[in-house]
Formats: sequence, structure tokens, C-alpha cells
Amino acid sequence: MTGSLVSAFNHSKSLKDVVTHFCPGCQHGTIHRLVGDALDHFQVQEETIGVASVGCSVFLYEYFDIDVVEAPHGRAPAVATGVKRARPDRIVFTYQGDGDLAAIGTSEIIHAGNRGEAITVVFVNNTTYGMTGGQMAPTTLAGQRTSTSPRGRDVSSDGYPIRMAELMAQLEGVSFSARVAVNSPKNVISAGRVVRQAFEAQVKEGGFGFVEVLSACPTNWGMGALEANERIGDEMIPYFPLGIFKEAGRRQGDASAQG
Amino acid sequence: MKKRLFVKGNEAVAMGALEAGCRYYFGYPITPQSDIPEYMSRELPAVGGQFIQAESEIASINMLLGASACGARAMTSSSSPGISLKQEGLSYMAGSELPGLVVNIARSGPGLGGIDASQADYFQAVKSGGHGGYRLIVLAPHSVQEMYDHAMLAFDLSDRYRIPAMILGDSVIGQMKEALTPHPRPQVDLPAKDWAVTGKGGRDHQKIVKSLYLGDGELEKHNWRLYEKYQQMQRDEVRFEAVALEDAELVVTAFGITARIAKTALRMAREAGMKVGMIRPITLFPFPSQAFAGLPETARKVLCFELSTGQMVEDVRLHTPCDRTVEFYGRPPGAGSLPTPEELFGQISRHYGRKA
Repeated sequence: MTGSLVSAFNHSKSLKDVVTHFCPGCQHGTIHRLVGDALDHFQVQEETIGVASVGCSVFLYEYFDIDVVEAPHGRAPAVATGVKRARPDRIVFTYQGDGDLAAIGTSEIIHAGNRGEAITVVFVNNTTYGMTGGQMAPTTLAGQRTSTSPRGRDVSSDGYPIRMAELMAQLEGVSFSARVAVNSPKNVISAGRVVRQAFEAQVKEGGFGFVEVLSACPTNWGMGALEANERIGDEMIPYFPLGIFKEAGRRQGDASAQG
Repeated sequence: MKKRLFVKGNEAVAMGALEAGCRYYFGYPITPQSDIPEYMSRELPAVGGQFIQAESEIASINMLLGASACGARAMTSSSSPGISLKQEGLSYMAGSELPGLVVNIARSGPGLGGIDASQADYFQAVKSGGHGGYRLIVLAPHSVQEMYDHAMLAFDLSDRYRIPAMILGDSVIGQMKEALTPHPRPQVDLPAKDWAVTGKGGRDHQKIVKSLYLGDGELEKHNWRLYEKYQQMQRDEVRFEAVALEDAELVVTAFGITARIAKTALRMAREAGMKVGMIRPITLFPFPSQAFAGLPETARKVLCFELSTGQMVEDVRLHTPCDRTVEFYGRPPGAGSLPTPEELFGQISRHYGRKA
């Protein structure tokens, strides 16, 4: 028998074979890959409409080989609502950063979730505004220095970092809400599974799926890539615990929640 | 005999939108236009459409952006303070070349102002209310019938030029009841929406709806193209009503509800033997500049009426030949009531050089 070589690492079909503009050590590329894999898994690339947001991930359409609508800052869940209502037969997702989703777009994400729009939201939390140069984000950790919190985030004045995945899980309309990280091979594998579940909530249940991804921004953190990965484990995960907070419309540890 | 209905302006614009094929409405309650979302919430589900009472005006305009990006005919409506909130979305829609209808049943401002009729949103509507220097198609109905008709016209123009359209009404136009003769939407040849996102569906290329242009020279090219569309509209799409201009020595101009009152004043003036005509802009953008530039030789004076301290009059002055005089009579928002025909007749008489 002649042995044949099998490719064990394939490019995600939903992604283009191009080099990204992201900084060295940035994990948007990894997260793009996980989303692309989820689209491949459900074989929905051809019927997916992505909604890009404002921030480093605005160039979604440069990397995903899908139809894309670009939303104003924070408004992606509202734009996605319009898209999904007009095309309920399509798979619709937003891809948003922490400033976009948890500051300027708080209203839109809460209400899209509360309406139970059949969309998937990929929320990238890197505790800073990446594109504008590392300002304080709604998820910036207490004491974290940024260009607009030069003495460190002072919670008595700046408030506290928001845990969005838990907050979204509280909403009756949300089917699935979870938080993952992509700072280690183990976490990346697990994150891929959970991102798929966030799409499954839409594809199979017609529900609202939310997945928060803890991600590194070495450039604005002033760190190397490896050190940034360590920070995710040492500082972010203790405050932003990983896990599935809601599944199939049921909050974890809450037997009375809707099911 | 044709069916005639006795309806409010707000209902008429919603009925016209439905007849135009609009199946998606996104909005937020605000006086004096809440009849529109109420009507749509009742009627849209029956025709397979979608109604969403959004969490905000901002969400509404962005839902409209999303539905429009899919090629659907969709609309939102509001009144002045809410229209301010929609300016961000309108700028993005203009930049992304998305059609769609926004109805402004304008009320008094600034700020929370009041709920009585105002035409002080003219600047915001026609001069690029949001950032970036774009234009909207702006229509100014002056009757309940036109609220119905303009809804269809707005969608057709918006689809043809891929520019968002605004119907600029006011509290009175929205709330008053008149006879309406519904009619089927006119058959118009419109370009296919081959730019809409649908999911790739076997296409070999993706479709992208966006307003970000960072490539060298891309944005400049994009803006010149938008400018050319505005120029083309100025050439091809100006609409205005001319009344008794042939021998007019004084030409009255007004839009919307003010034009309606001015028409009565004009009749009174003609009955009194004064040679008075009228130009009623129907498209506020594109502005009927040709009508003013081409005033008959007899017309030595233009008298502009507005429910504001003077906004459209700037455009009237810009286009009226320099050897004519442009006069203005207006009332600021909050004056409490509309001018009466007698009041406008008094102004006409004064400027015509006669005692009223």
C-alpha cells in the first residue's frame, strides 16, 4: 500500500489566504480563524453576512471571504438586527471590540440580546482601545495604566471593568453566553469549541449567541507577545473568569431560568 | 368613483410607504409622529413585514442601515430631537450609498423645545446634518395627499441614486386630517440592487457595504462620485410648484405647511388685483435653484415665508438674480400658532406696496 500524505492543518475555507495587518502578537488573527472554522463547521460561509465594527477589526472583509456590512461605532448589533430581520434565512454575526461593545454600544448589545435576535456576537476583550492607541476601555482592569489612565485605572472615579459575558447571561433573550481566552494552545482549542457553540445557538436554535474572547494587545500593553499571554492568565482570567454562563437559554446554576 | 379616505398626514405617509413596498420599519416613539410607528406596528405584520420598536433613535437608523444593506425597502420616522440622534447613521448611510426613508415630523427646538410645528430643521435636512458633507434627498409635502405620494417618490429616488431620502413635514402636516385618494405605486424602472449583501451564495466575489476608504486616493474618488450624483440630481430631479408666475410682480415662496397657508393668502392678493405668484419648492434638496434664477422679468421682488427665523431664504437669496429684492417673513419655533392667511396677506400687501 502506498502511503498518502494527509494535511492535518488546513486553512479555514471562510477566510482568505492573505496576510493580516494586525500587530505582532495580536490575537485577532487567531480569533478570526476560530470564527472561520465555526462557519466552515456549519457549512454556512455562502449564506453568512458579517457585520464589522469600528476598531482594529473593522477590516473583517479583508480577511473573511463573506458578505460584510460595516457598522458605525457600537451599532453593529442594531445593524445586524436590521440584516437578520430582512434576511432571516442568513447567518449573521457581529465582531466587536471592548470599546465598541461595552462602552459606546452598550445600549445596542443589551437590547439586541434582550430581543433574542438570532445572531452571534463575537466580543474581543483586550482591556484597551487598540486602534486609537491604547486608551482606557470599559474592561480596563483596576490599576491598569493606559494612555488615558496614566496613573492606573482608579475605580473610585473611572468605575469598574465590566463583565459582559455574565451581564448578557442575565438577559432572558440570550440563548448562549460564554467567556474564553486564546492565550495558550489548550485555551485556543477550548475557545474554538465555544465559538462554535455561540454559532450553534443561532444555526440550530435560532437564538442569540454571545462569546467574549480575552485577547492580547501587546503593542498597547507595552509587552512582548509571550508576556502578554502571561498577563491574560495572571491578571485577566482571575477578574474575567472563563466559562459558559448560559446555554440553551438556561443560566448555569440557575434551575429556574427559562429553558 | 375612486376610494377616498379621511386620514392624518402621519397615517398617509405610512400608507404610502407600504404601497411603495416598504416592509421594514424601525422607530422610537416621539410626539408628534407616534401615529407612524403605531400604524406600522398594526399593519406591517399583516403584509409579512417587520416592525421593531427600537431602544433608541440611534438603534433605529442602524437597523434601517442593516435592512437597506440587504436590498430591502425600509424606513424610520421621528421628530426633530430624534432626528438629531439619527444624524450619525444618516452620514454612514450616505457614505455607504444606502437608500432608505427617514420621515421628520418636525417640532420646535432647539433642545426639547416644544411640540408645535416648526420649519427650523431645514438646515439640518438639506445642508448635511451629520458629519462629512453629504446630501439627502429632501421632500417637503404640503398636504396629506402629498405625504402619501412623497413616500413612494422618496423610495424611488432613494433607490435610483442610492442616497437616503428624508420627508420633512411638521406637527401640522403630520396631525391634520384631509381627504386622501390612495393609488397604486407608479411603475418606475429602477436599477437592480446588485450591491446588496445577500450572503455569497456561490458568487465568486464578496459584497461589502462600507464607508471606510483608507487606500491612497480612494476616499477622494468616492467623494467626487457622491458629488456627481448630487449634481445629477440637481439637473434631473428638481421639483417645484409654480403658481401664477407669468405676470407676477411679487413672487411668494414657502414650503410645506407654510406654503399651504401662503396659497390662500396668494388667492386673496389676486382677488385684490395684485399680481402675485408663487414658487413652492417640493424638493428642498435638490433645491429648485433654476426656478429662482429664471424668474420672469416682471418679478421684481421675492417674499419668503418660513416657520423659522429664516433658513430656506438663504438658498432663495443665493439663486435669485441680484437685481431683484428678497424679503423674509417668519416666525421662530415656539410662536405658538401658525400664521393666518390674513397675516400673510398683510405681508404680501405691504411688500407689494399696498395697504392691506
